[in-house]
Amino acid sequence: MATTSRRVLPGFTASLSVTILYLTVLVLIPLAACVMKTLSLSPAEFWAAVWTRQARAAYEFSIGASIVSALVNCVLGLLIAWVLVRYEFPGKRILDSLVDIPFALPTAVAGLVYSSLYVERGWLGQFLVPMGIEAAYTRLGVVVVLVFIGLPFVVRALQPVLESLEVEAEEAAAMLGASRWQTFRWVIVPLILPALVTGFSLSLARALGEYGSVVFVSANRPFVDQIAPMLIVAKLEEFQYGEATAIAVVLLIMSFALLIAVNVLERWSKRHYA
Amino acid sequence: MSIKVDNVTKRFGDFVALDNVCVEAGGGALLALLGPSGSGKTTLLRVIAGLEAADAGTIYYKDENVTSQTARERNVGFVFQHYALFRHMTVFENVAFGLRVRGWSRERIRARVSELLKLVRLDSIEHRYPSQLSGGQRQRVALVRALAIEPKVLLLDEPFGALDAKVRQELRQWLRRLHDELHVTSIFVTHDQEEAFEVADQVVVMHDGRIEQDGTPHDVFEHPANAFVMDFLGNVNVFHGRLQNGHAHVGGLELEYPDYPHSEALQAKVYVRPHELDLDYARGANGSLKARVERVNPAGSVAKVFVLSEEFGIGVHVELSLERYAELNPRPGDTVYVSPRRVRVFVPAAEEGPEYVI
Repeated sequence: MATTSRRVLPGFTASLSVTILYLTVLVLIPLAACVMKTLSLSPAEFWAAVWTRQARAAYEFSIGASIVSALVNCVLGLLIAWVLVRYEFPGKRILDSLVDIPFALPTAVAGLVYSSLYVERGWLGQFLVPMGIEAAYTRLGVVVVLVFIGLPFVVRALQPVLESLEVEAEEAAAMLGASRWQTFRWVIVPLILPALVTGFSLSLARALGEYGSVVFVSANRPFVDQIAPMLIVAKLEEFQYGEATAIAVVLLIMSFALLIAVNVLERWSKRHYA
Repeated sequence: MSIKVDNVTKRFGDFVALDNVCVEAGGGALLALLGPSGSGKTTLLRVIAGLEAADAGTIYYKDENVTSQTARERNVGFVFQHYALFRHMTVFENVAFGLRVRGWSRERIRARVSELLKLVRLDSIEHRYPSQLSGGQRQRVALVRALAIEPKVLLLDEPFGALDAKVRQELRQWLRRLHDELHVTSIFVTHDQEEAFEVADQVVVMHDGRIEQDGTPHDVFEHPANAFVMDFLGNVNVFHGRLQNGHAHVGGLELEYPDYPHSEALQAKVYVRPHELDLDYARGANGSLKARVERVNPAGSVAKVFVLSEEFGIGVHVELSLERYAELNPRPGDTVYVSPRRVRVFVPAAEEGPEYVI
C-alpha cells in the first residue's frame, strides 16, 4: 500500500537526491581520489612519508596553533559579541560588519598584511620587536593570523544566544545576592556554553584547514613554524604526489577525529545546559 | 519591616514614569499596587527593589535609607512576572542559588532547601528543570527561591499574570496563607482589581505615575476617591448628566443632589455599579428609567441583564441576585424600569468631586 505524504512542503526525495549528489561530487569523490592516490604507496613507504620527525612536528604545530587560536577566539569573540549585543554606541553597526571581514577577505591578503606589519620595520613591529615580541615569521605570527580568520565564527555563533538571554535572569541573580562574577559564572556562562563550544569548533576547523595566510606569515622553518599543509606543498614541489596525498590523508584523519571530539563536547554541553 | 517611599520621581527620557510618589507599607503588610499598564506600578516596584534608580526621592526600609544601595545589598526577595528561573538549574539548584552565593556549606543548603521545598510541597519535583514544570509550579519555585534568602521584604511583579484562571485563584490564596505564616512585608503589582482586593490588606491605585488612592480594599471599593478609581475598578455604568438646582439629571432620571444648589447647569459624570441597580416592572418612587431588556445572562453567581433605553440612547448593565432574577424573570423585549440604589457623581472640572449617595 502506498503511503500518503502529509508534509506541507513536498519534495523530500528530490531534495535528498540533490544533497547526496552534491556531497558526492564535491566532497566524497575528491576525498576518495586522495585516498586512492595514497594507496599507490606501500605501507612502509606510507609510514616513511607521514611519520618523519619533521612531519610530526608539523602536525603538532598545526593542531596546537589551531587549538590555541580557537581558545583565544573564544575569549575575544565573547567580549566582542557581548559589546555588540549589550551596548549602544555610535559606530556599532560599522563595528558589527567589520567582524565579517575575515570571511570575505582573501586570507593571503591577511597573511601579507600581518607579516608586513609585524616585521622589524613594520608599523607595529617597530614598537613590538624591541620589546621582544616578534609576530612575523614566528609561531606567534601563525597563531595571530589564525585568530584573525577564526574570529567571526565565534562572534556570530554567540550573538543570537546573547540576544536571547533574559536580562531578568541576571536581575534575579542580583536580587538573590550574587556578585557580578557569580552571575556571569553561574548564570550566563552555562547558558552560552553550547554556543561557545560551537564557535570554538568552527573556529578550530577553519584554522586546521588554513593555508593561504599562514604561508605568508610563517618562515616555513621545519620544527619551528612549519604547518602540515606546507609540508604537502613541499612534497608537491618535489613531484612526490603519493607522499603529498599520504600526508593529506593523515591530516584528514586527525582533523576528523578532532572535530568528532568537539562535536561530542558540543552535544554534551547542549544536553547539560540547554 | 516597613517600607517607605518618599517623593520618588523617575523619568525615562521625556516620559515621567513616577511623579512624586509617596507610599508607606507597614511592617508585615501585604500591599497591592493596582493600576492599568503604563501607570508606573512596576517601575515603582523596581525602584523599591533597587533594580531602577530613582531620579529623586528616598526609599526607606524601616528607618534605614536604602536609596543608594544596589539591589544586591538590599536583601529583598523579588518574584518576576515571567518567573526568571534559571533554566539550566533544577528546582533544587534554583532555590539553593541565593544560599550558594552566600557561601553556605553544602549540608546547610541541603537542609534549608529541602525544608522549604517540603513547606510548599515541591520536594517531589526538586530534580526537575523549569521547562518540565507547569506555570503554577514555576511560580511557586520562583517564590520559594525568593524566600530562601530570608528577605526583609518580598516584592512580586504581576505574580499571577501569566497563569490561567483556576491556578491563579489557587495561588492567590496560597500567597495569602504563606504571608500570614511568614509575616514578611510584601508588595505585589497587579492590574487585576479582584486579585488586589482578595489578597491585599492595603491597596494603592496608580495612574499616570501618580497615586490616585491608598487605602484598605473596602475603602477603595466603597469610597473611590475620584472618577479614575471608580472607572478602573471596573463594572460600572457611566452616564453623562447635568447638575442643576440641587438635582442631577441623567436621561429620564432626576436624582436629589443637594451639593449643587446653583441654577447654572453643570456637566457631570454619574457612576453606578451594576449591582447597585434594580429592575422592576413598575415605575419606582425615585424616578426611574424606562428601558427594554436586550440580553439576559443568568449563568454565574449573579444574573447579568443588559437593558437599553431607546428614548435616551443609554445602555445599562444591571446585576441582579439570582433570587431577584427568579422573582422578576425578565425576558428580552420586556419593558422594565431601572432604578439606582446608589450613584456616585464626579464633576469633571473638580475631579475630587463630592460623592453623592441616595
